[in-house]
Amino acid sequence: MTKALTKTLPFFTVMFVVIIAWYIAAYFLNAPQAVALMDPDGPTGFWAVLQACYSMDRPVLPTPDQILSALYDSIFHYPLTSPRNFLLQAAYTAQTAVTGLSIGLAFGIALAAAIVHSRVLDRSVMPWVIGSQTIPILAIAPMVVVALGNIGFTGLAPKAAIVGYLSFFPITVGMVKGLRSPDTMQLDLMRSYNATGAQVFGKLRWPVSMAFLFPSLKVAVALSVTGAIVAELPTGAQVGLGARLLAGSYYGQTMMMWDALLLASMLALGLIFLVRAGEFLLRRQRGGRL
Amino acid sequence: MNVIEAEKLNIVFNAADQPVVALKDVDLTVAQGDFVSLIGPSGCGKTTLLRAIADLAPLTSGRLTVNGMSPDDARRAHAYGYVFQAPALFPWRNVTRNVTLPLELLNMPKPERAQRAAENLALLGLQDFGRKFPWQLSGGMQQRVSIARALSFKPALLLMDEPFGALDEITRDNLNLHVHELWRRTHMTSVFVTHSIPEAVFLSTKIVVMSPRPGRVLRIIESDLPAHRTLEIREDPKFVALAQEVREALREGHSYD
Repeated sequence: MTKALTKTLPFFTVMFVVIIAWYIAAYFLNAPQAVALMDPDGPTGFWAVLQACYSMDRPVLPTPDQILSALYDSIFHYPLTSPRNFLLQAAYTAQTAVTGLSIGLAFGIALAAAIVHSRVLDRSVMPWVIGSQTIPILAIAPMVVVALGNIGFTGLAPKAAIVGYLSFFPITVGMVKGLRSPDTMQLDLMRSYNATGAQVFGKLRWPVSMAFLFPSLKVAVALSVTGAIVAELPTGAQVGLGARLLAGSYYGQTMMMWDALLLASMLALGLIFLVRAGEFLLRRQRGGRL
Repeated sequence: MNVIEAEKLNIVFNAADQPVVALKDVDLTVAQGDFVSLIGPSGCGKTTLLRAIADLAPLTSGRLTVNGMSPDDARRAHAYGYVFQAPALFPWRNVTRNVTLPLELLNMPKPERAQRAAENLALLGLQDFGRKFPWQLSGGMQQRVSIARALSFKPALLLMDEPFGALDEITRDNLNLHVHELWRRTHMTSVFVTHSIPEAVFLSTKIVVMSPRPGRVLRIIESDLPAHRTLEIREDPKFVALAQEVREALREGHSYD
């Protein structure tokens, strides 16, 4: 068996099983309503019910083909500028996620560097960093939106702030560990060269911490997409995948919700891919190891 | 001229229950061009003495000068290159860039750095390995890279802390030859920590025998072996006699306990 097949076969097997289970579940979940909506004079029997279950306008559980065709419809039958085009909505969410992630990355690294270099900060700030993540984001998001809105920040800024708030945490935790990971011998070596603090950071702590940055970044990416969607919910549900998700749940448009979900996961996958590409390039520069 | 002068050197570490006297009243002079080995069992303070010379461990009392300066000033003046027990190479840098690390810290221009690295790698027989990464080399080669790195900025003094302790005997013999060749060609003042008697006798012009609890110098043995040595010298009666003398000195300190 070819290598590619042995690698992808387990994945596709699971996908196949999930899809079968999905269609079975769609039948059971949609059947009560589908039967109620069926033309009393039309054909009856199992096959007619099955067909009805898989072709409802507002199914409880839409089938994968319905989700995909609705997505296709929204992308190809509406202009890119139309709010009904999912690509536009995904772009809004991507903008929020990437902006917030950049803020989280910059802030997370800066905070980690400060904590590693200052015992006072380590003692005083680290508990707050951990505490910050015990607050449910759903509770704090509307407050951030209102508070920032009051001082004139609307639109992207409050949403990016919420994403930054979520995504800085894994970066800080990972980088504190990474920046502290040089061993005594490596630090003594730098001391023997009379290296300055900045040199120790640039030539030793920073490069050593890369092995910790990338795993943290992957967690942060996943959080950033979740954060961006949550941040879109309380902003009056205007734009973004989160807004579509909310609108879909208001109007019982399950396909819209599933499409938003699908695009959100595609967005996260895309961002993860970028992180992995960065990791790959660094690894190659380092001869194959990080 | 003396490169290192230590007088009544005391180093005490404050441990949890009672202070540990790592070095007690140590006197030592190392002259220009000397190859001095510090030998003794674990806990005799040989590594501590080396670290004190390198300003990596603080003195409790006594006088210590390196190149006529305080150890701190000497370190700031890049007076010595230090080889640790493990290679301590940076795995994200290839061999050449490991050797140029100290030169980068000195802001040496890039072409000069590359040239210096090539010279030093060649000195240790590593000219073909510059583009390899540390983990692609054997332990012995890694330690040679770390010696090349210590030499890269041309320090006046080379400090080596049991550099071959973790290596097998065959590799060790080979590295001893490398170090001896290096010293013979450059006559670079060197201090070498070891607990191998043959290694100490083979490499040194002067052997400092130390003893633990408290760490102190038992005896200083001058070697009259010729400056040019090969591994065969270990069969020489002079070599055997010197090794015997070192062994007896160690036994005197009950340091086999």
